Amino acid sequence: MSRIPLPYNPKILELFKNPKNLGKMEDASVSAVAGNPSCGDMITFYLKISDRHVIEKASFESYGCAANIATSSIVTEMVKGLTLEEAWGISWKKVTEAVGGLPSVKFHCGILAVGALKRAIRKYLKQKGLSPSWVQSEPSFEEKQALEEEELGKLLLKRMKAGAEGEGQC
Amino acid sequence: MVENVRELLRAHENLKHEVYLDHENSSIVPPEVIEAMLPYYAEKGYGNPTLTHKPGWEAFETIMESAHKIAGCLGCGAVEEVNFVPGETEANNLALLGTISIMKSKGKTIVISEIEPLSVLHVAEMIQRNGFTLIKIPVDGEGFLNLEHLKEVVDKSTVLASFSSVNNEIGTIEPIKEALEIVKDKNPETIFHTDASDAFGRTPLNVQDLNVDLATVSSYKIQGPRGIGALYVKEGVSVERILEGQVGTQKLWPGVENTPLIAGFASASELAFENFEQNLNRMRRMRDKLIDGVTQRVPRVRLNGPRGERRVADNVNLSFMQCEGEALTIELSLSGVYVSSGSACTRRLLQPSHVLVAIGRKHEEAHGSILMKVTRYHTEEDINYALEVVPKAVERIRGIVGSTKVE
Repeated sequence: MSRIPLPYNPKILELFKNPKNLGKMEDASVSAVAGNPSCGDMITFYLKISDRHVIEKASFESYGCAANIATSSIVTEMVKGLTLEEAWGISWKKVTEAVGGLPSVKFHCGILAVGALKRAIRKYLKQKGLSPSWVQSEPSFEEKQALEEEELGKLLLKRMKAGAEGEGQC
Repeated sequence: MVENVRELLRAHENLKHEVYLDHENSSIVPPEVIEAMLPYYAEKGYGNPTLTHKPGWEAFETIMESAHKIAGCLGCGAVEEVNFVPGETEANNLALLGTISIMKSKGKTIVISEIEPLSVLHVAEMIQRNGFTLIKIPVDGEGFLNLEHLKEVVDKSTVLASFSSVNNEIGTIEPIKEALEIVKDKNPETIFHTDASDAFGRTPLNVQDLNVDLATVSSYKIQGPRGIGALYVKEGVSVERILEGQVGTQKLWPGVENTPLIAGFASASELAFENFEQNLNRMRRMRDKLIDGVTQRVPRVRLNGPRGERRVADNVNLSFMQCEGEALTIELSLSGVYVSSGSACTRRLLQPSHVLVAIGRKHEEAHGSILMKVTRYHTEEDINYALEVVPKAVERIRGIVGSTKVE
């Protein structure tokens, strides 16, 4: 285990201090979780989607670091008013750019935030029995990464429970 | 990058009070210690202690006097037993690697605990990769060594045993004397090292009474300057150098001696042992005020490590459920309370502290842990301020977690 300096930029600090669209949404059309406590990051996304497939509002809750909070917060702002197809086009790189950049060890925070968003969209489409052409059956990059991170977390947990030697090479 | 940090610092302007509680990771150096160091930069003793001129001889005198003071605080038999090195990490590397290179013909097993600091753990794992057997002794839920297990594993092949006197993260005062007796009883030739960095100045440590072969001490952990520490090597015990170069007064560590830091270390040692019991009682009072105050004010919080006399005087380690540690350290910093979290972010995952995992804490308990260390310089006002800030900070971070189920 080593420590890495984390010179967060002013945008991240601002969103950490005053996150936008924070909290559980009671009338959400759909919600999705990405991450788990073992990997140290967990995001819940809530979307309110109109009949015309436009995201009317989005909110989040986050168990995670400042970068996690900031990227989740900005995603909720970015998707507001977008159609599901437009929201699907958001990549973790765009999110990272929107928060003014992230320390490289925190890239996964932005990936996880987008992973949670895409999971929510996919879940909504499934609920409605829709399969539009813009969404592929195989998981997107961010969904895949979120899944991988969750698996790593589970593996780490298993390894620690077994009392295996050394630290997880994650 | 630096511009970002400047912005982060600007966010800390207008703090009404500041309390530094991260003495695990670095320390404030009190003015009297700085004063003891300053003359050796430009006034006197700025020479190399092995050279034949006045500034050199002055340095020599200061280094010897400093070693003498520290030897007195440690309870050494002879001043030569104090070997200055740049810090705890270097002392532990020297103790382990320097012993192994001498003992490798006698056996291939080393024994440590599951909760050693990384400068022991990672070095031991490196030795393991080079063909040694590494045995890690488990600990109980409060971090105490399992001595029965130790009894079972030490044998004639055991060349080195290394156990911290006090755990650096959770403050457990380990039964080192008992551990040493078990080890030496099984194999009198085993070299016994203890990292005493968290015991020195905060427990009645006496290396001669304890009869350890090697002991690590660190300057900043007793409010001395960073960048200096010492390895106690009992008379008659051999350790091989792990670095080569110009060897001077310090036979185990080549390079030019850092006289001001050595003088500062000696001054901090003297101050720690001046009114020792009084200092200890003060630290215990602050420690318990912090532990009790936080646990009374904040729901769902858990103390890591033992309570009372079996816990070192300065250590506070608390796990906050449903609260992420790094976010909490930033939130506290913005209010002027400086602490560290038990977990660290590596590439993809947050690595929980191996110490908290070893005492059976769940990942979310480890991720929500905060380590604080009090010193004799903290005031009631400092602790009161921390007690005012911590509950608010935890509440805000928990508010962000919201209904996300972290378990």
